[in-house]
Amino acid sequence: MASVSIKVNGKDVSGEVEDRTLLVEFIRENLRLTGTHVGCDTSQCGACVVHMDGKAIKSCSILAAQANGSEITTIEGLANGSELHPMQTAFKENHGLQCGFCTPGMIMAATDMVRRYKESGRELDETAIREELEGNICRCTGYHNIVKSIQDAASKM
Amino acid sequence: MSEGIGARVLRKEDKRFITGSGKYTDDVRETNQCYAAFVRSPHAHAKIKGINKSPAEGMPGVEAVLDGKQLTGDGIGNIICGWMIHSKDGSPMKMGAWSALATETARYVGDAVAVVIADSLARARAAAEAVEVDYEILDAVITTEQALADGAPQLHPEAPGNLIYDWEIGDKEPTEKAIADAAYVCEMEITNNRVAPNPMEPRSAVATYSPSEDHYTLYTTSQNPHVARLVLSAFYQVAPEHKLRVIAPDVGGGFGAKIYIYPEEIVCLWASMKTRCSVKWTADRSEAFLTDAHGRDHVSKARMGFDKDNRIVGFQVDTIANLGAYMSLFSSSVPTYLYATLLSGQYDIANIHCNVRTAYTNTTPVDAYRGAGRPEACYLIERMMETAARDLGIDPAELRRKNFIREFPHQTPVIMAYDSGDFEANLEAAMKAADYAGFEKRRSESASQGKLRGIGMSCYIEACGIAPSAAVGSLGAGVGLWESAEVRVNPVGTIEILTGSHSHGQGHETTFPQLVSDRFGLPSDNVQIVHGDTDKVQFGMGTYGSRSGAVGMSAIVKALDKVEAKAKKIAAHMLEASEGDIVIEDGEVKVAGTDKKLGWHEVCLGAYTAHNLPEGMEPGLKEGAFYDPSNFTFPAGCYICEVEVDPETGTTRIVQFVASDDFGTIINPMIVEGQVHGGIAQGVGQALLEQAVYDESGQLLTGSYMDYAMPRADDLPSYMVSHETTICPGNPLGIKGCGEAGAIGSPPAVINAITNAIGNNALSMPATSAKVWQAINAANVKEAAE
Repeated sequence: MASVSIKVNGKDVSGEVEDRTLLVEFIRENLRLTGTHVGCDTSQCGACVVHMDGKAIKSCSILAAQANGSEITTIEGLANGSELHPMQTAFKENHGLQCGFCTPGMIMAATDMVRRYKESGRELDETAIREELEGNICRCTGYHNIVKSIQDAASKM
Repeated sequence: MSEGIGARVLRKEDKRFITGSGKYTDDVRETNQCYAAFVRSPHAHAKIKGINKSPAEGMPGVEAVLDGKQLTGDGIGNIICGWMIHSKDGSPMKMGAWSALATETARYVGDAVAVVIADSLARARAAAEAVEVDYEILDAVITTEQALADGAPQLHPEAPGNLIYDWEIGDKEPTEKAIADAAYVCEMEITNNRVAPNPMEPRSAVATYSPSEDHYTLYTTSQNPHVARLVLSAFYQVAPEHKLRVIAPDVGGGFGAKIYIYPEEIVCLWASMKTRCSVKWTADRSEAFLTDAHGRDHVSKARMGFDKDNRIVGFQVDTIANLGAYMSLFSSSVPTYLYATLLSGQYDIANIHCNVRTAYTNTTPVDAYRGAGRPEACYLIERMMETAARDLGIDPAELRRKNFIREFPHQTPVIMAYDSGDFEANLEAAMKAADYAGFEKRRSESASQGKLRGIGMSCYIEACGIAPSAAVGSLGAGVGLWESAEVRVNPVGTIEILTGSHSHGQGHETTFPQLVSDRFGLPSDNVQIVHGDTDKVQFGMGTYGSRSGAVGMSAIVKALDKVEAKAKKIAAHMLEASEGDIVIEDGEVKVAGTDKKLGWHEVCLGAYTAHNLPEGMEPGLKEGAFYDPSNFTFPAGCYICEVEVDPETGTTRIVQFVASDDFGTIINPMIVEGQVHGGIAQGVGQALLEQAVYDESGQLLTGSYMDYAMPRADDLPSYMVSHETTICPGNPLGIKGCGEAGAIGSPPAVINAITNAIGNNALSMPATSAKVWQAINAANVKEAAE
């Protein structure tokens, strides 16, 4: 068993977990934050993306124990109280989601994408967005409106 | 801003999805929650000689290890296919027995043979690994060609020769004669590749048996929870309907795969009764690949005859469809009534004949996947039209124009009676948007860069609004395909709409209230949609076949008609006016031509206080309706795809994709466009990337996202989507349906574009870089030889 202490969405949490417990399992099962989803078992789909110390990671590909001492933000912690994050608003306004299952991972990956491009001063055009979405699969939208959502949010972040 | 019909109202359901507060089945946790892990056959075909459960039974946390003999011993019935097809000799289809846990024989890799119930998922999985199954491996058949060959290994004793049915539609002799007399015959052998549906949310079930109530609750990933309850009750004898509640909460995509009742839900319910635990099972992606019903998998030989004026005189098709190891719920209808009835396409064809044989193979069961039969028909017709145009040396658009149906209603020789459409308008709009005329210039520009540019089109038609109950009943359906709705007006004037449709991405919570806004002028926020729970909604047939608009919303309209009529009666009485003078608009109930009026809420309150109702009227304001469609609906359109192929690598890039659709009335254009985008992506996926591949022993080689090429964002372009509308005369809103069009119309457009680019018509889906490169070089070799 491993002891895990993490700051999740600004709140200190701790627990005893089996060594093999994945971060996504800890988030979903121990913390009951079910907005982070599991859509595959090979770290391809990106439904489980969260931020660890400010960077997007796939929470299915890291052990809870490895996240010990880190700060995690999940989709539940992205909004500032009742004020939605610009990326959340953009997904709604551009119809960037249908069934909603991939959406939390998309939004978490997209906010990180915009941050990285802004920090490095690179242009986040449509081609770049599509390439950056390599690790996030959506079966509903055909990506068209996801790309639009990210472009929209990028202009407001 | 208007929130009525035609308004781009933003989605109400988004708030919970973008904040992570959606509630999907795997998010449900009951008290006393246990987990199921299935022991699955690693062999495609094997006799089960024995199951030694004892190594697993003693492991920590294990509640029970259960097998198929116990399941059948408890009276749980076999899984059925609900659509009877008769062969042309009159004999009924040959349905092999399918037990939720295999008892004697495992028939595909992934076939469940036992289940472990334990107090954690990890423990359940560990114990499932410890169950020892003694298999005697049998020879397997993977393709339909193998299955139907003489001396092939047999899957089911009920189906000699692995043949399920040998069915036909249309008149054979006149069709053969027309083709024999034709000036030109286009002949092709066309494969429609097997694909895996892959909704992003894996299937999941949480079953709870309450001994004190003798009652079951099942949360499940279903597109049609009432049908699930009916089948679980009537056929599998899990529990009588009134003792079984089925809830399909937020469901993460369906695409057909979540229509059917699978072994896992049955086993979870039964195991919950056996163990007195809540039992949860959620597929991992590998299980989804192995067990979610696959789609397509047809091989067809087709001949299309043209007269000297390039008019189609006859179309003959011989199709063999793979139904996998067992007959899934609607599997029999897909390669028959959902396929061959659309073989007239958009064209006036006097003679059509189609023969369909279906076969068992040692592969995952095959059933409806977005489009279901109609993509297979469209792909066949539209590849042949393009190929014929090239052979005849005329523009593909011109050949289509020459053969378009232009008068409606139009009775095809294959059952369907098209009610409306303007195929020319869609073609014109798509060609204009695609700058079809400017293509040669773009081709030259690509050529100067060393690239091969191609353009391809597809003019699709489909049958949706599934379906008139009596008609489908006469064709073998085991259920009626109407829809129900209930409109409950509260005393304060807010409204709940209970619908038998189910939303798993389609945005019903937004679209359906637009009907109320349109009719009464109430804000759509005053309307709540209730769906997906058999305890709340009385009955419903669910969502598939692009039916929620044409059928589901028509039921709501019928119920609203009744609500409106009663509200007007009440208002007329309260205002001492004539009922015929009452109008409801902008949230007010008015006497036309006067300043007398009441607020909508005042009339609703009046209905419930019942202090001043017309004599003999019952209090309250709540109405229900069942709507049974009078015909199928016929969405149609034209898609044009433009590609650039790198001849060095065979890599294809879609540089433009244009869609012009006729969906009849559109309630929310934003949502409709989204449906088209997603459908196109699935069609492009099938055309370029996706295929479920088995090796010769029946192992699924594409069992994860490492191996199965799901379309990613950088595989796809942005799409240009527009509409040319003709109103559907068959339902009160004039809706045709939009859910499947993209997946139906796009594959032939993509392949036609590539074959146009490379100058070789011999190309099959998925057109991977390797295949395209080979096709380019085969064409080069041929050219050199000539």
